[in-house]
Amino acid sequence: MSETPIEVPIETFPIHKEKDSSRKAGLLQPHRIVLALIGSALVGSTVYFMRWDWLHNYGDLIMQGLWRTIWILIATVVLGFLLAVPLGLAQASGPAILAVPARVFCTIIRGTPLLIQLWLLYYGLGSLFPQYPWIRGSELWPYLRQAWPYAVLALTLSYAGYEGEVMRGAFASVPKGQLEAARAFGMRRFTIFRRIWLPQAIHRALPTLAGEAVLQLKSTPLVATITVVDLYSVASRVRQDTFLTYEPLLLLAAGYLVITGIIVFLFRRVERLIPSKLG
Amino acid sequence: MADTSIIPAALSGIFELLSPNPPGWGGNLLRGLAHSLQIALGSFGMGLVIGTLGAYGKLYGGPVVRDLAAIYTTLVRAIPELVLILLLYYAGTDLINRVLEGMGYQRVDISGLVAGIVVLGFVQGAYATEVLRGAIKSIPQGEVEAARAYGMSPSLMMRRITLPAMLPHALPGLANLWLISTKDTSLLAVVGFAELTLETRQAAGATKAYFLFYVAAGALYLFITLFSNAIIGRVEIWARRGMPSVKEAR
Amino acid sequence: MKSILKTTVAAVVLVVAGMGAASAEQLKVGIAAEPYPPFTSPDASGKWQGWEVDIINALCDQAKLDCVITPVAWDGIIPALTTKKIDMIASSMSITDERLKTIDFSDKYYNTPTVIMGAKGEKMEPTPEGLKGKIIGVQVSTVHQAYAKKYFTSTAAEIKEYQTQDEANQDLAAGRIDATQADSLALETFVQTDAGKACCEIKGKVADDLEILGPGVGVGLRKGETELKDKINAAIKAIRTDGKYDEISKKYFNFDIYGG
Repeated sequence: MSETPIEVPIETFPIHKEKDSSRKAGLLQPHRIVLALIGSALVGSTVYFMRWDWLHNYGDLIMQGLWRTIWILIATVVLGFLLAVPLGLAQASGPAILAVPARVFCTIIRGTPLLIQLWLLYYGLGSLFPQYPWIRGSELWPYLRQAWPYAVLALTLSYAGYEGEVMRGAFASVPKGQLEAARAFGMRRFTIFRRIWLPQAIHRALPTLAGEAVLQLKSTPLVATITVVDLYSVASRVRQDTFLTYEPLLLLAAGYLVITGIIVFLFRRVERLIPSKLG
Repeated sequence: MADTSIIPAALSGIFELLSPNPPGWGGNLLRGLAHSLQIALGSFGMGLVIGTLGAYGKLYGGPVVRDLAAIYTTLVRAIPELVLILLLYYAGTDLINRVLEGMGYQRVDISGLVAGIVVLGFVQGAYATEVLRGAIKSIPQGEVEAARAYGMSPSLMMRRITLPAMLPHALPGLANLWLISTKDTSLLAVVGFAELTLETRQAAGATKAYFLFYVAAGALYLFITLFSNAIIGRVEIWARRGMPSVKEAR
Repeated sequence: MKSILKTTVAAVVLVVAGMGAASAEQLKVGIAAEPYPPFTSPDASGKWQGWEVDIINALCDQAKLDCVITPVAWDGIIPALTTKKIDMIASSMSITDERLKTIDFSDKYYNTPTVIMGAKGEKMEPTPEGLKGKIIGVQVSTVHQAYAKKYFTSTAAEIKEYQTQDEANQDLAAGRIDATQADSLALETFVQTDAGKACCEIKGKVADDLEILGPGVGVGLRKGETELKDKINAAIKAIRTDGKYDEISKKYFNFDIYGG
């Protein structure tokens, strides 16, 4: 095939292993240099011609927003994945009483926009509070009162819904022979799950996990609509305070680009650590 | 999903609120749904056009075209849709009009509907590029070479060989994109376009029945998804006719 | 194959241009796409109604302008004006020095006090001291946000920002915030609804600060469009003198909303 693998740094979210090899060789072709020059000229002119004097006023706020975006991302990916494992397992090999609810859950999460889920959880549930006065007396109230638990819950459920589907496929694709061999060794069911089934399934799901993590990052700005002050929300505030339309948005885009790059890089590292011989 | 027992209002009140005629807000939701579907269809179509161009550019274009396509798909897939929508919604239309005015034409007045289609189509195009590129790549090389050996012109080859051969490979990805495009229309609520999500928010705010309306909107979106899935299933069977059946196709 | 693509692209461009070019002569009046009774709110048939909608229609009639109400997101309403998505803002936007740096305003067409609304039965004063340790919700990009930031940041527990005032009211009813600051008429209208009666009451006016709260509400315009501005100003004067303004206001209020 005539295709020479070309690669700009963060092009591949679903990690393609084949592409790593010829990366350095192609990087310094003449047209690349021209493109890079045009690119840096564009960046340079935005820095030079646009207004960035607001940056030092918002430095702290931007850092806080960035931190909140990142911890929400990490927390929801981890929690969502922990929830996705049983969801996937239930669908792949569970009894109908577990498999059907798991499938219904995944279908509902995947079939409705995250924005609606978020608003249903935050404003929908919130509108029910006044009818049940005891909620305000309960010990959970200090948490129910804030916005971030709803954001974390909605994003976790969403990630679990999408990743549960991936894990179902991953569990189903582990060769039956391996599980039978393990059983023949006299392993207990949980040991089989822990030592054979789960690691293999995770390995199979890993390339999509990176992609899903990036998608999750791209979903985080929605939490700004329920008053969580994340990176996006900080940019909106700058927009409102300074009446600048483009500068905060461009900075925001660059910020997300960098985080995406870091996610892809980390997942590549992780994937390289794991020996890649699939049965 | 619509567990009406949690909602303390009487059942009749719910029907009244959701009824499609003016005392009820059902009509507004349906109007929003129609807008959402229009945008989803438009942006999906535009995404296909961009995707086809992008895939051909990535596979057969010169080095510059290939790099540009790669930059486009990378940027769009790494930046949140919400940010892209805001950027393109304000910057995009502004830019078009400045170009038009610079060229001496009158400025056009870009409606929210068109802006929404263009913005989401631009995003869809990046994903469609990847889907179609993968599908075209998965066509056995021999088929293309055989077609060339028969002396087929490129357009005939595309119509008779490339398109039909790649369709079954592209369908799952494209189906996914369609579902994403129906759900992404909800993001236009943030820029104030009256699609289903914003109509829902307004109905909820005006009636204070937040829970009811968000559940109702969720049910409508879910209905679109399930209905689409049923149709996609049929199309896939049709496109895969004569091919060995594959399990776990998606 | 290329020719097919070319025609497709050309067709798409034509369609896009054609759909867009339909109504270039109309003036688009931007209002916030959210229920903000009694000024602007959607009814169940999808029409926008309220005092402000009636007033702007009267102004356009008076000035012989072809206006169309265009809902846009409140937090993007000024960018929408500057990037020419809309031509005027009639969304209860107060005239402030901060906004005058970016856009222009007509003369004021109403002025009402700013009040604090809090949970029913809770003791609260509309002063920095009286709101000590409270969580205050305000709508983003409003004079109320700027005011709360200046006066309440040091004493309040938190100032939460909402995209719409309706959501702040909703969170006050849910008990997530202790108080909200907004225009007196908007909050009084909420307090009279069933949800508002059950949860909330007006705690009182905040101390005035002309620099932040501004002299009143005007029609937002792009800078440099003096012709339109003059037309609107003349129309405001005209409906004030010929009784049209009072006639509309009487349908909604039992006092003079124009203010002193």
